[in-house]
Amino acid sequence: MNSRLPMLATLAAAAVVMSACPSPTPPAAPTPVVNQDSINAARARAEAEAADRARREAEARAAAEREAAARTAREAEERARREAAAALESARMAFATKIFFALDQSTLSAEARAILDAKLPLLRTNANVRIRIAGHTDERGSDEYNIALGQRRAAAAKRYLVDNGVAADRIDVVSFGEDRPAAMGSDETAWSQNRRDEFEIIVGGETLRLP
Amino acid sequence: MTRVLRFTSRAIALLALLAPALRAQDSGVRIGLTYTAGSRPAVYLLPVTGPYSDSIRAIVSRDLDFGDRVSVIAPDSGAPVNGPLNYQLYSRLGAAAVLRIGQAMGGGISVELHEVGAARLLQKKDLRISAEPLSAEWRMALHRVSDEVEEWITGVRGIAATRIAFNRGGTLWTVDADGANLRQVPGVTSGFSPSWHPNGRMIAYAGYADDGSHVYVRDLNSGNTRRVSFDIGVNITPEFSPDGRSLAFAYGSDATDLWSVQLQGGEGPVRITVGRGSENAQPTFSPDGRRIAFTSGRLGRPEIYISDADGTNPQWLTTTGFGDQSYRSDPSWAPDGRSVAFQTQIEGRFQVATINLRDRSVKQHTIEGINEQPSWSPDGRHLVFTSNRGGSRQMWVLDTESGRMRQLTSGAPARMGAWSPRLLATP
Repeated sequence: MNSRLPMLATLAAAAVVMSACPSPTPPAAPTPVVNQDSINAARARAEAEAADRARREAEARAAAEREAAARTAREAEERARREAAAALESARMAFATKIFFALDQSTLSAEARAILDAKLPLLRTNANVRIRIAGHTDERGSDEYNIALGQRRAAAAKRYLVDNGVAADRIDVVSFGEDRPAAMGSDETAWSQNRRDEFEIIVGGETLRLP
Repeated sequence: MTRVLRFTSRAIALLALLAPALRAQDSGVRIGLTYTAGSRPAVYLLPVTGPYSDSIRAIVSRDLDFGDRVSVIAPDSGAPVNGPLNYQLYSRLGAAAVLRIGQAMGGGISVELHEVGAARLLQKKDLRISAEPLSAEWRMALHRVSDEVEEWITGVRGIAATRIAFNRGGTLWTVDADGANLRQVPGVTSGFSPSWHPNGRMIAYAGYADDGSHVYVRDLNSGNTRRVSFDIGVNITPEFSPDGRSLAFAYGSDATDLWSVQLQGGEGPVRITVGRGSENAQPTFSPDGRRIAFTSGRLGRPEIYISDADGTNPQWLTTTGFGDQSYRSDPSWAPDGRSVAFQTQIEGRFQVATINLRDRSVKQHTIEGINEQPSWSPDGRHLVFTSNRGGSRQMWVLDTESGRMRQLTSGAPARMGAWSPRLLATP
């Protein structure tokens, strides 16, 4: 079996030699003619493309810049709006600050008067605003008599605001007695939170301006 | 078995109770005249015959029981008793009277009341109830039978044919005096402090509105409702005058005063009280309409005052030393004119009391829990009031003479009860 190997190698070598034999010579290529026009045209085209690309890039950059600027402006605007809304909301919240009363009383404490004072600038700045003051009582006492007491509590706050320059016809006054407690429970903690006036803007709340 | 035992022991107890009444009968005086407050003559209700006999028996025996003027012996089984009665038997059972309800000749219900002591038929009445059996009107017709029977026995008409209006969940409800037929007054979105017109067909009430509260008068049959308050602010605690022609209520935009408006046109609102910056509310008329009692904070705390109906001659009524010196309110003038029920704070909690108008003596009627907003029944003996003794505020009924109490409503909290006048048959 080993004696056959040299013969196989000879055949392979012969095949290699045969394939290396030169092929017939191809016909000579024509001599190129220089066409200056087409060179120019190509150059011009390239230049135009480059210019175009540059323009597009510039435009894209400008657009991006414009967009960024707009976004910044928008964000600033949004922020300003949010801040204004927050300021209004906090003004509204501050306006809604309740005042509280002693048992069976409708007289305004010093603290209650200070809270009412804080509501005055908003009422002065927004002459179109109308408000509603709702008087409430704790659960003790007569259910019916408490409605009368709640009215007097609301009227006491109205009188104070009117005394300080707010037109009386801008203030509605209602009483719910003990029927709408703010805090549930039958202890002084709940009762003291329920003997109160609540303040609500009923007209002009959406176009409120800050003092 | 238990029922029989209970019945027997009750009959024995009644024998002892009835000794004075029986003696009175020995002297030949009629039952209707021997009745004295504090005694409860026993009525033996024979087995009822005819359609819906069980319901009739249950309703009538309960009515007589709730009236607190008679004791009812009502065995819930037994053969119908027709023909002449063995009066001696009922006398031995302790009965002063025997009530026989059956079918009338030619349809309808026959009601007979026999006087045991005199061994005779005392009263007899046949009636036809046109209302649908077991309906609210049918029940009311039977309540009128009970009330008439009570009048035959005691001389005082019963109060079963009445209703109580009250506030539940911010709206108005009515319930029959026996606790049945609970109904919401339809179409009232906010209603409290109901008050009955003397004709029993209308109520006045207060309700919250966007601009405060207003007072309305409503026809209960037609549902027609009209606003009576004349200005915005607080408009609360309406009360009809006894002649039904005017309505008194509290109005104010700051302090409140009592005002009166005519219901059939005529002059405009008339101011009654001069509270000078205080709360004045909760008017209640004397039965003759000439005087009013009301709550006023004119001394710095709520107290009850009495004045002429036009507000003149105001007097501080609740001046005597009882309870905490801080709070008295919710007056209700008794139909007999002799006393005013009210709520007074005792150890920080409201209790129901009455004050005698002759000697100003005060009687406290409740102890347990918080008890308030009394309203008299038309017999001048019972009060409906609000009590939280059962855990939530509910309507309770008190017999001011015996001290007996029963719970009228249950479920969602109820308050501000107003007892109707006797409700007559609709013509």
